[in-house]
Amino acid sequence: MKILVLVKEVPDAAVEKTIGADGRIDRSGEKTLNPSDTNALEAAVQLKEAGADVSEIVAVTVGPDSASRSLQGAVSRGADRSIHLSDAGLAGSDVVATGYALAELVKRENPELVLLGQQSDDAGCYAVGSVVGQFLGQPALSQVSKLELSGTTLTLERQAEYGYDTLEVTLPAVISVSDSANEPRYPSLKAIMGAKKKPVEKLDLAGAGIDAGKVGTAGSGVECKDFQAPAAKAAGTIITDEDTAATVEQIVAWLDSRKLV
Amino acid sequence: MAVALSERTDKETQEQIVELVRQFTDEQILPNAEKYDHADEYPQDIVDGLKELGIFGATIPEEYGGLGLDLSTYTRIVVELARGWISIPGVVNTHFIGAYLLMRFGTEEQKQKYLPRMATGEITAAFSLSEPHAGSDVQAIKTTAKKVGDDYELNGAKMWLTNGLTSGLVFTLVVTDTEARPRYKGMTCFILEKEPGVSENTGQYAGLTIPPKIKKMGYKGVESTEMVLDGYKTSGEQILGGEEVGLNGGFKQMMDALEVGRVNVAARGVGLAQRALELALRYSQERETFGKPIAEHQMVQGHIADMAARLEGARLLTYQAAELKDEGKSSNLEAAMAKMVASEAGHANTEACLRLHGGYGYSKEYEVERLYRDAPLLLIGEGTSDIQRLNISKQLLKKYKI
Repeated sequence: MKILVLVKEVPDAAVEKTIGADGRIDRSGEKTLNPSDTNALEAAVQLKEAGADVSEIVAVTVGPDSASRSLQGAVSRGADRSIHLSDAGLAGSDVVATGYALAELVKRENPELVLLGQQSDDAGCYAVGSVVGQFLGQPALSQVSKLELSGTTLTLERQAEYGYDTLEVTLPAVISVSDSANEPRYPSLKAIMGAKKKPVEKLDLAGAGIDAGKVGTAGSGVECKDFQAPAAKAAGTIITDEDTAATVEQIVAWLDSRKLV
Repeated sequence: MAVALSERTDKETQEQIVELVRQFTDEQILPNAEKYDHADEYPQDIVDGLKELGIFGATIPEEYGGLGLDLSTYTRIVVELARGWISIPGVVNTHFIGAYLLMRFGTEEQKQKYLPRMATGEITAAFSLSEPHAGSDVQAIKTTAKKVGDDYELNGAKMWLTNGLTSGLVFTLVVTDTEARPRYKGMTCFILEKEPGVSENTGQYAGLTIPPKIKKMGYKGVESTEMVLDGYKTSGEQILGGEEVGLNGGFKQMMDALEVGRVNVAARGVGLAQRALELALRYSQERETFGKPIAEHQMVQGHIADMAARLEGARLLTYQAAELKDEGKSSNLEAAMAKMVASEAGHANTEACLRLHGGYGYSKEYEVERLYRDAPLLLIGEGTSDIQRLNISKQLLKKYKI
């Protein structure tokens, strides 16, 4: 079976994120492979290692030309080849438009399983997997922390508010992998060097047969107007510990006032 | 004579590798270095991680199962690892020098025999020149190898073997012709096999003993040992380059290897100097005195500027020395300068960082305390700063003789 892993290049976590005048995230500066996507790649590799009949793992990204570096990073983490959709017409795509473009790429490959990280480090919408599943007409499950494959049946655990749900799904399906699913291993130096030699298919909208009217700013229903930083948290109360008994009393009184003890 | 040993590594690959090693350092080395340092414990988990990454085969050619990275890339890997803890590239350095000796001077048979297993880290290498009475004065060594029948018998005491216990191979310089003058013309490099992790070797390795590791101020975790050779027997096939070529040719082989070894130590100085700057930049913005962060005091700013300039100067010299070697040119002069400047930068920056930390810098709670104890190793190992000075001026006076 074929597994597609959807990946994204995001600004490095250490870079302070700013919104430009155009209402889009400023993507200049250091960029990296979305950390959550490394969990999806690791999950794909682990399924293969666990004995699933995986013929190939393909990494897929939608993003500017610079994203090729992160795509190569995905290949060094276990993909056999990659597909890169890059087109000026994609700029400004919202979650639905991006999901549509990704779904069109998935259709070309017709894999049994699509994996992706459950959220991106930049926009953090947690929604792309569901959108892709919708366009494909396939089950989409998010927050998946454990995957086991038997034939075409995928048994998985999904984080819930209290504990987790155990579910079964028949492939094909789209699975958003949570960061608690596994601990992604480091690619070896050899894999990094080998990644350059693996095939990469570069596509633009026309080449991929994607309707340009359904992507980019024009194809997006979301209109970004104004962004506000979340309200700052109120400063805490600082108790100076001079007399421990008195300090404990103060803490207990504070907890008591909030009905926490 | 200098020869480039590998194809140049392309910039993009180099960047990706360095980025990965930086991530490994941030996640695996920095959070654990204090633990291993305080217990003076061999960092086995970290070493296993390095093996998985493939660091032990970094410079070994692909045909022998390595990655064939150039020295410039290797140097940057060492900088990143040293930023975490200088003991980590210490584990790799002697191995790297051993691999270099084999690649450069070994017979095809010797390369086939050792390099593939070295590339995976299955066996690791140490090297040995110093003796209790002789360090930089290499020509004063006394350990001998005498031909007895078809074999050579080795007797003597060697000193300061980094990785002396854990290694399976020791590239050892000994005297094979006591009459030779100058003395270096009677020295030979043997590839000594031993049992990794065993103090008293027996069987075919009988006569080789590694006494308990030497207790040190810093540079902990990685062991520094003596090596006692008492009737250790080995064949002429274990002479680096083969008996015909290698006999009495060991001194020049070792000096060539030390050139790249010096780049490694320089790279560790750069990594250490960088870490000291990072800690100083952070602490000086957190700590307040006289109503403001100490970073807003001009005298602190002066220290930070000095640290940054020393770091970048050391970095450029180090990269230049590696670059020359990669181009197949001699880097003897530049490697000596890089080693001197970078190790001094590491030392000066850790001291400045310690001063900025005030009393806390003297506490084992803070990382800079370890850095300060680690730094002097670099001033000494692979030729002290004063030896480098002599080396540099000697070369210059020879080149510009009037």
